[in-house]
Amino acid sequence: MNQKPKRDVYMDYAGATPVDLQVKLAMESYLGDKFGNPSALYRAGRMAKDAVDAARKTIAAILHSQESEIIFTAGSTEADNLAIFGVIHALKSMLTAPSNAWGKGHVIISAIEHHVVLNSVAALKKEGIELSLAPVDKEGIIALDELESLIRPDTILISAMYANNEIGTIQPLAEIAKMIRKVREERKKENNPLPIYFHSDGAQAAGALDLDVQKLGVDLFVISSSKIYGPKGVAALYIRRGTRIAPIYFGGGQEGNLRSGTENVPAIVGFAKALEIAESVKEKENARLIQLRDYFIARLTKEVPKTILNGHAQNRLPSNVNVTILDIEGEAAVLYLDARGISISTGSACTSTTLDPSHVILALARPYEHAHGSLRFSLGRSTTKADIDYVMEVLPQVVLRLRQISPVNMEVDQESISHPEAFAGQSAKVKVGGKTYK
Amino acid sequence: MDETRAPSREPVDVINQYTGEKWYYSDIVKDHFFNPRNLLLTDPGEGEFNASGIVGSPACGDVMHIWMKIDPGTERVKDLKWRTFGCGSAIAATSMFSVMVTEDGGRTLDESRNIKPQQIMERLGGLPNRKIHCSVLVDKAFHKAANDYFRKANKYDKIVVEGAKVIDAATQTTDKDIEEAVLEGAVDLDSVQKKLKVGIGNPGVVPEVEQLIRFYKEKYYG
Repeated sequence: MNQKPKRDVYMDYAGATPVDLQVKLAMESYLGDKFGNPSALYRAGRMAKDAVDAARKTIAAILHSQESEIIFTAGSTEADNLAIFGVIHALKSMLTAPSNAWGKGHVIISAIEHHVVLNSVAALKKEGIELSLAPVDKEGIIALDELESLIRPDTILISAMYANNEIGTIQPLAEIAKMIRKVREERKKENNPLPIYFHSDGAQAAGALDLDVQKLGVDLFVISSSKIYGPKGVAALYIRRGTRIAPIYFGGGQEGNLRSGTENVPAIVGFAKALEIAESVKEKENARLIQLRDYFIARLTKEVPKTILNGHAQNRLPSNVNVTILDIEGEAAVLYLDARGISISTGSACTSTTLDPSHVILALARPYEHAHGSLRFSLGRSTTKADIDYVMEVLPQVVLRLRQISPVNMEVDQESISHPEAFAGQSAKVKVGGKTYK
Repeated sequence: MDETRAPSREPVDVINQYTGEKWYYSDIVKDHFFNPRNLLLTDPGEGEFNASGIVGSPACGDVMHIWMKIDPGTERVKDLKWRTFGCGSAIAATSMFSVMVTEDGGRTLDESRNIKPQQIMERLGGLPNRKIHCSVLVDKAFHKAANDYFRKANKYDKIVVEGAKVIDAATQTTDKDIEEAVLEGAVDLDSVQKKLKVGIGNPGVVPEVEQLIRFYKEKYYG
């Protein structure tokens, strides 16, 4: 296993993308002679400001928004935090006013949100905000009627990602927006003054899906540069005009007083260029990737016994393949594949910092063994059919080896855990399947 | 799009805290991970082993199954075979443990029971702190298998039951719960309370909780 791999296959584009050469070129002068601070009045400052304005214009056009509705942040984690905490903090006085009889504030997020949203709203609980998780169906799509039933008179924010980062499922944002518009109408009739906002993390969607915020009906929308062959550490937050939002930290008042700090000019320029390129190649690239993805899924489920596709087969990102291979553990599989030149990721507990298995796979109402053995292959611009064929040459051998090591032998439709006796006498709760997972 | 070719391959840039090596796992870990010793390849035959134990980690779903052949006269471990549904650390640590208890004619069950997770780590050249949790599974499985042996041999006095003691009656939290929380990476009061809510409504028990956290932190993380 220690010989040099026959081939290098990077299949973790949902984790990180290389910077496109054209993007690099666009950024270069802003790392060099055009280094001015956009807030400065002299020529170098004006040049930098012009560059930031032009980038904002490019991104606003692609999102079908106004330029003033786009805020640059240092990455999507910051953008999502600003959206969530910004809105809640802006509504604080309204919620705590003695005249407010509607409730102390409630937020709904989907059960498969990225950790940035999960952990942000968990922190909100400390501020007295109540939280509900909207379940997804077995294919990983938000159940709309269940979401609707969770809305309360004091629900002020609904957060649902556009496309899931693990299983790639595409969420029905426009339908959720329609639901929210109906709630607003009702509140008007009932004289309920509390607003209800719709936030969506679009980090995985950019470059693959339609980013028109008017069609999507979102009020707060995040896209990130690092997933679209742009530099890391820059993202955009779209804030629909009229949305009440407060800054979460303070300084020189840049970005409409919402995101203080000197703008990262080279990164912002690179981000806009990357989005421009992503939009221009989107249609062709999607068609190519869908073909590769479906070829890959067909081979995986046919040639590797007891392999289950996670997430809807069609309603998913063109780049995403996520499977559970029963009886093998994800981290071990990732390391064995790495030794053969293949880079992928897993929902195994052992690779997460919290040692919890993937909440996304568990939300599909699966036993935790499914999360533990889930593998994500995310395809990108350099992925070819030959790459997939190489993975299909190596993977079955790795699976065979790891099944030799494993004491677990599950059935594909088994819903119970494999070895309950292994947990006998232990006081901690055993997590079984999505439904009972806390 | 040639300009977006996949990045060049470099080892994972996590630095081993013991050796300073820039690889997630040491060479010894990798060797045991890719070439595990004493793996049970075919299902055990009748009488091939005289003790076994299976344990799981409720936190992340790992399962560890070990089988042993104990010499009834000397109580030495003549053979130890295993299978695991576990990660790289679990595989490597179990492989190393199986070598440690069977080398030089085999250690006695009593000697083997005294092997500390820290000693397995040392033989492996270190593991990232976060992964120690995954590697103590073999230790637990071994204790269960040793008890299995003594029970079958009617040596009940040698069975060691790790009793759980309730620390906080309000939340029914035991010392075992705290041990597991520490193994899962909660090494201060705040993060343990986040997991277990221990002592939140009962601040009187906090000093004891803190003492246990320090004890298990010392035990597993050195």
